[in-house]
Order: sequence, then structure tokens, then C-alpha cells
Amino acid sequence: MNAKFYAYLFKRLLMALLTIFLVIAITFFVMHAIPASPFSSEKAKSDAVIAALEAKYGFDKPVPVQFLNYLWSILHGDFGLSTGWVGNTVIDLIIGGFSYSAQIGFTAGLLAIVLGVVFGSIAALQRGKALDKLIQVLTTALVSMPSFVMATILLLVFALLLGWLPSMGNQPGGLILPVISLSLYPMAYVTRLQRSSMLDVLGQDYIRTARAKGVKNTKVIFKHALKNTLTPVITYAGPMMAYILTGSMVVENIFSVPGLGRLFTNSMLRTDYMMIMGVTIFLATMIILMNFIGDILYKVVDPRIDLT
Amino acid sequence: MSMLEVKDLHTSFFTPSGEVKAVNGLSFQLDKGKVLGIVGESGSGKSVSAYSIMQILTNPGRIVSGSIKLHGEELVGKSEEEMRKIRGNKISIIFQDPMTSLNPTFTIGNQLREAIILHTDRSKKEAEARAIEMLKLVGISEPEKRIHQYAYELSGGMRQRVMIAMALACEPDILIADEPTTALDVTIQAQILELMLSLQKELGMSIIMITHDMGVIAQICDEVIVMYAGGVCERGTADAIFYHPMHEYTRGLMRSIPDMSDDEKTRLVPITGTPIDLLHVPPGCPFAPRCDRAMKICLQEKPKEYWVGRDHLSACWMNVKNGACYEERPEEGTVEVEEND
Amino acid sequence: MSDSKKYKNILSLQIDPDLFEKASDEEKAQQVTMRESISFMRDAMRRLRKNHIAMISLCVILLIALIAFIVPSFYPYTYTKQDVSAQNLAPFQYSAKEQAKIAKGISVFPHIMGTDALGRDYAIRVIYGTRISLLVGIFSALIVIVIGIIYGSISGYFGGKVDMVMMRIVDIIYSLPDVLIVILLSVAIKDWVSTSQSELIARLGAGMVSIFIVFGLLYWVSMARQVRGQILSIKEQEYVLASKAIGSSPARIIRKHMIPNCVSVIIIVAAMQIPSAIFTESFLSFLGLGVSIPMPSLGSLASDARTGLRSYPYQLIFPALSIFLIVLSFNLLGNGLRDAFDPKLRS
Repeated sequence: MNAKFYAYLFKRLLMALLTIFLVIAITFFVMHAIPASPFSSEKAKSDAVIAALEAKYGFDKPVPVQFLNYLWSILHGDFGLSTGWVGNTVIDLIIGGFSYSAQIGFTAGLLAIVLGVVFGSIAALQRGKALDKLIQVLTTALVSMPSFVMATILLLVFALLLGWLPSMGNQPGGLILPVISLSLYPMAYVTRLQRSSMLDVLGQDYIRTARAKGVKNTKVIFKHALKNTLTPVITYAGPMMAYILTGSMVVENIFSVPGLGRLFTNSMLRTDYMMIMGVTIFLATMIILMNFIGDILYKVVDPRIDLT
Repeated sequence: MSMLEVKDLHTSFFTPSGEVKAVNGLSFQLDKGKVLGIVGESGSGKSVSAYSIMQILTNPGRIVSGSIKLHGEELVGKSEEEMRKIRGNKISIIFQDPMTSLNPTFTIGNQLREAIILHTDRSKKEAEARAIEMLKLVGISEPEKRIHQYAYELSGGMRQRVMIAMALACEPDILIADEPTTALDVTIQAQILELMLSLQKELGMSIIMITHDMGVIAQICDEVIVMYAGGVCERGTADAIFYHPMHEYTRGLMRSIPDMSDDEKTRLVPITGTPIDLLHVPPGCPFAPRCDRAMKICLQEKPKEYWVGRDHLSACWMNVKNGACYEERPEEGTVEVEEND
Repeated sequence: MSDSKKYKNILSLQIDPDLFEKASDEEKAQQVTMRESISFMRDAMRRLRKNHIAMISLCVILLIALIAFIVPSFYPYTYTKQDVSAQNLAPFQYSAKEQAKIAKGISVFPHIMGTDALGRDYAIRVIYGTRISLLVGIFSALIVIVIGIIYGSISGYFGGKVDMVMMRIVDIIYSLPDVLIVILLSVAIKDWVSTSQSELIARLGAGMVSIFIVFGLLYWVSMARQVRGQILSIKEQEYVLASKAIGSSPARIIRKHMIPNCVSVIIIVAAMQIPSAIFTESFLSFLGLGVSIPMPSLGSLASDARTGLRSYPYQLIFPALSIFLIVLSFNLLGNGLRDAFDPKLRS
């Protein structure tokens, strides 16, 4: 890795930070426009809440100053107090929920990538044969099913009808169904991505060179092709993160997992605006960071990519 | 006995629209230490012939029939594992585009080492030493540094040198060069050709030079095969082909080369029309639809290859019409048939 | 012929000498089977028509659209009418009241998909939900097409600094997590809608309004990128230079080169946009941020079905199947369009 790479890294990081800043700004100003928001003093609130908020962000001050105050507290890890779960800070609630969501999300993401790469490669190598067609039909069906449909059907079949797995997240083995529900869509997506990427790479000249050298077919695929096919999958890391985090809102509700997703939907029901803001900013930051990591990995894996 | 003997090779691509007959009855022999040129325009089946010999055709292409013998040993029908031991070891190939023929995600050294370790018992360290030696041999400066570089860090000419080094690392008997200079600058072209010739003398291998460039043929080939639409039009020594072309297509090719030594401003004559659709091969001579002198028979029946000199064969009805060919190889001392305009 | 011994006369052996007459051009031409040369659009349409899966998907979409937009106008039930005596009926089951009617000889239209917990006919609710999904898909595609083309072509046409600034903006918008912004806006707009006097907004619901706002703000970026990329690359293509060199007018270049190349990209991106818009809407409705009650959406129907999932699984199955069928058909049609209109991407 050379100076050019670090320059790219720096530029990309700056971009990510700018995007995070933008999300914070959008969140703040959208919330500020709501009549019932904590930043608006129009509606009657309990005196204690108003006093606490006023001390912190200063309602009497102009809006930009309030924004800077909010930004400043966020930078210190302070997302304010929850009004829906009185007595808790937003950041504590987020951390509490995230420990569940991270567990489900990480497993689901890993499962999706590993299985997707394997199935996609198999489909490409079996191109046009029965197995390829089966994989194509299944993945096409899976990417046409919204997460809530997938999760509810899995719940209905495996928990309610067959009784094989628990329906609640807090029971032993209760996270299996949420993980499967979350991983199926990205797995199908990665499979399709990997299939077309593998087909593309197998048609490249350097694969022909490897075969002409007398390299074994399996080694051609696992050494020469696989590394080159992974770039599209890596760029999918960010969007996948976004899918899993937003999908967890649905899945955690369906399987009653006390994760960040359920916290988010519940804070909407309780109109806990501080919570909504906090979770939005937190999730957005995760997605943007994942996009950033994906972009950097992409350049690391494929050295020929122009660093501009 | 010749080193490589190809007999009546047929290779087709089975596409959804039908069978594309890319190679249609190719036969030739290659002797030790010789350079055989295969010339023809795009789509004439030159590259497919090379891939057939190496058996690196990709779906939906496959050898339909014919025989390919290396040192008298039949290659057609050999298992993938047996062929794998021949590729890169007994027969090597270098490709047209050095830009895309090296894996972008591995270092040059890694790819060279792989070729060496595959076919020898050398350890990783010995293989690396051999890789450096090979890079030196093909004229790459600072080989110790280069082996840690990636293909994208090298120029086109350097990459083609690396390809040559890789192909020759196991000292193959035959090197197939599939348009090795087409993608390079003219000055680099000359250097690469020179390098190949000098290595051929040094290592004593045979070369099959596939090209559409008559200049390359003239420069390095002993024998020449002119291919058109998957079949052979004419073959012979380079001299015979250049000075006494006996097929309308070859003559067309000759007329389309600029001749710098000519004082007069002679016009270049292009060959008009487009090659036939290999999905629907007509019954006659494949060149007939584009041939100015085509006769009725040319459209109906495919001409056989007849001898037109001691080391010269041509498949053209015009020679038959003019009575200017032999059914058997003429004895030594027979004069070359003259051009019959 | 002193050389007759050397030149064996093959000719005399068996061949009719007439065959050695010169062939005419017509005879030569007969040998050449030229492939038909046709225009790009016709070729693409021909390829699309030959793609059975895509054609079947198109028919399914048209059929669903026909049902969603025509059936409600003569259907005997409405999506709002509640009937306490007919709660949670199974498909084709009649309530006691309805059975009494039938006994009297009055014909009662069956509840094809049963009824929901409030005794509303489920079939008409699913049909309305489908209608919402289709509307969201089509309108989002329109928004994306209009904004994306205008933005992309301005950026591509002017190039240089204008292009750089415009594309930086696109980069930033592209990296915003869209679903989160949609949720945030729906939360905000929901609050606002509840106090709003506008009947249209109230009827559409917070989710719908915010979806359309977000599509207008965010979703057009990939379209803009593609259109700009096409225009930039076409501007530099050798065939365009060649076309200019032989004196083609700008109008001809636009007609012959720019439009056909951009049309493919526009069709492909728009077709891919529809399923993702439908996904987003159903997702929001499932979270309770979509259409306003009592308007049904496939997402809210599926969400409501969860309470009685064990007893009335069909209340989940019907909306789930409906959304699956719609998205699947659009996906398959999109794949077909991509294969037909982008020869480079064809596998």
C-alpha cells in the first residue's frame, strides 16, 4: 500500500464523515419541523422535560445554535434522555438493543455471504444444468419476498405449525428463525451476484492463461477466479448492512427480539423523538461506515483499480 | 517423425442458433525446430485451432472429430488430468492481449512460480530462482524487483515478455503464439519477434505462429498455412506462398499488403465482401462468394488440396482448370507452377 | 503440351467442363446467407418477445393491474364496510346472517378470501392493497425517470466543472441510507398529517407522501448516474466521431446514437426501480407508517394478520402471495428487459 492508497483512504473517510454529518443535520432539522418534537416549544410538555431540554440545548437560542449544541453532545456520546422509557439515556438503550441486533445481524450477514458465494460459484460452474436452474429459480423467488413476508411465513411454518423452533427471541434457540429470516434475502442476492461475477471472470483471458499453464480446474476456480469474483460481493457489504439493519426492525418485531429494530419501532409508537433521532443517527452511521469499509476492502482486494 | 501431427481436425461451437463450424478439417505437421505460420483473417479458425490443440476450448466449443498427435501420442480423447500435464509443460501458449492475460490480483512472481511448480519438483525457493532466471532470459531488467509487482504495473511489451517467460519456464517442445504482437506497438512488436526467434534457436523448440500479419510471417516462418473459414486454402514454404501464391485468397492477401520497395504508387487492393457465416457453410469453396474469378464449380463443390509444387499445396479449382496441379507430391527438381493469370 | 506428364489433368477425369465457366454475381450472392439487419429497438423487442418468462410476467402484471383497477368498481363489497356478524370468516364461508339470506333465496356474493377481524371482505382489501403497491411502483418509476433523465443529461451534456459538482452531489445522496430517511420523514410527516387539513394528504397517508418525497429527493441518483454515463461515453464513442466525420447532423447523431443507447439504460433502471419501491412501501406499511387507516396496503394487511396467525393463516397468505407475485413478475420482466436491451449484459 502506497501514498496514493492513503490519500484515497483519507478522501473516502472525509466523504463518510460528511455523509454522517448530513444525516445528523437532516435528522435534526426534520425533527425540528415537527410541532410535537422535543425541539419545538409549541406543544405543552411536562415542565421537567422542558427544563432539562432547555438547559441542554437552549430553546431560546437560534436554531443553528441548538443544532450545534445537539451535534456537540452527540460527539460526546450523549444522545439525550429517552421520553418513552423514562429514566434511561438514549445511548444506554441503543447499546442494550444493539447487543442483540449485532448478534443476529452479524450471523445473518456472515451466513449470507458464505453461502451466497458458495451457491453462486456452484451455479456458475454448473451453468445451464439442472442445479444452476434450481438455484436461479430459488434465488429469484427469494429476492421477490419482502422481509416481513419471509419472517412471518417462517414463523407460521416452523414455530406455529411444526413447532420445531421457538417463536420468541428470548427462548433458547429463539434467534435461529430471526437469523434465517434476515439472511435469506441477502444470501439470494449474493448468490446471483457471485454467479454472474464468476461467469464473467471465467471468461477472462487470465483464466485461459491459467488453464493453458496446466493448472487444475479446481485450483483455477479457487485460486485464480475466486479472488477476482469477490469484488462485487464486497461492494454489496454496505447495502447488505442497510438491508439487515432495516430488516431487523421487522424481524425483531415478529419474533419479539429486544433488539435495536424493535426499540426503534417502539419509540415511534411512543413518539419518543429523542430515541428516534438517536437510533436513526446510530444506524445511519453503521451503514455509512460499512460502505466505507467495503470501498476500502474493494481496493485492497483488487490492486489494479484506479485510486482516484 | 514429426513432433506434432494434426489430422482432419473439426471443432465446432454448439450455440443456441446452431453448430458453428469454426475449424473444418485442418491437417498439418510440425517438425522439430521449425516455425509454422498460420495466417488468416479474424474468424478464420486460427485461434480455435490453437485452443483445440491445447484442449482449452470453453463451452459450447468442442472437438468434433480428428486427431492430434504429439510425438505420435494421440491427444484427442485424453483425460483432463492427462492434458493438464501436457499444457504448459510440453506445449505452451501465449495470447494476443498481454494486458488481460495475466491475473490482476497476483504478483508476476506468483504466476511464474505456479507454472514452474506445476510441472517440476522444484521447491518454492528454487521455483523463484528459476522465475528470476526466466525473466532475465526474456530481457526484463531488475527481475528480483519485478517478481513482486502486479501486471498493471508493467508496460504491454513487458507483460508479453512475462507471458513468454511463463510459457517457456518448463522448456516446452512446442510454443503456440496466438497473435503475440497484435496488441503491441510496432517497435515493441519487432523486439518480441526477435526475442522469440532467438529463444527458439537457444531452446530448440518448435513454434506455431498464429497471425493475420503477413509481415510477421515473412519475418520468422519456415512454413505457412493460409486459413479461410475454418479450412486450409493454401500451404507451403514461406517463399512459395509469398512468391507463387496459388489461391485467389492468398493473392488477395498479398495485394492488400503495402509494398514499400515499389517505386511506383501501386494501389492496395482490398478483398471485398465479408467472410461466410459459419453457421451456414455453403457446399462449395468458402471463398467463392468473394472471389473475382469464381466459377460455377467453385460454388458447388469444395476443392481438394492439390500439389502445385514440391512443398506447396493449394485448394483452388482454378489450378485444376488450368491443369496446373498434381495429385501426388511431385518429384524433386520439378519446377514450381507459375502463376496463371 | 510437353508438360502433360507432369501436370496430371484432373479435369478430364470426371467433371463436366461447363462447371468451369465463370460464375455470375447472382450465383455468388445466393451462397451468402446474410443475417437480417434490423434496427436496435426492433431487435430488442424481438428478443423480449422471444423471452417467454418475461412475456408471461408482463401478462401477469397486466392481469393484476386489470383486477386491481377495474374489479373495485363493480365489486359488491367495499374495503371499509364492517360487518360484526361476519368476523374472521374463512374463504367462501358465509356468516349466519348471510346464510339466512341464502335460505330465503337471496343470492349473496361469496367472500372469496374470507373476512378480517372487523368483518370486512378480505378479497377487496387485498385488491386495494395491490392497487396501492402498483401505484407506488409506477409513480416512483415516473419520478425517477423524469428527475434522473433531466439531471443526468444536464450533467453529461455540459461535462467539465458542472458535471463534477453535480456528480459530487449525487455521490453524497447515494451514500445516504435511504430507508432510514424514509422512516424519519414518515414519522415527521405522520405527525404533520394528523394536524393537516389537506384531504388528499390525509387520504394518502404519511407513508405514501414521504415515500414520494424521498423518491423525488433520493432515488433518482442511480438513473442520473447511468444516463450521464451513457451520454458521456456516447459523446466519445468512435462511431459518433465517425458519424460526425461523414457529416451527420447533430439531430441524426442524437436520433441514431444517443437515444437508442440511453433508452436501454432508462428502461432497465426504471424496471429495477419498481420492485424496490413496492418493497419500501410495504415495509413502511408493515411498520405502521404507510397508508392511513382504513385504507389497506399489502404490508399493513400482513401486519394485521399476525395477531390471529395461528387461527387465520390465510389472512397472511393472501397479501403475502399477492406482493410476492407482483414483485416476482416485475423482477422477471426487469431481467428480460435487461437481457433484451443491453446486449453487453446478456449471459
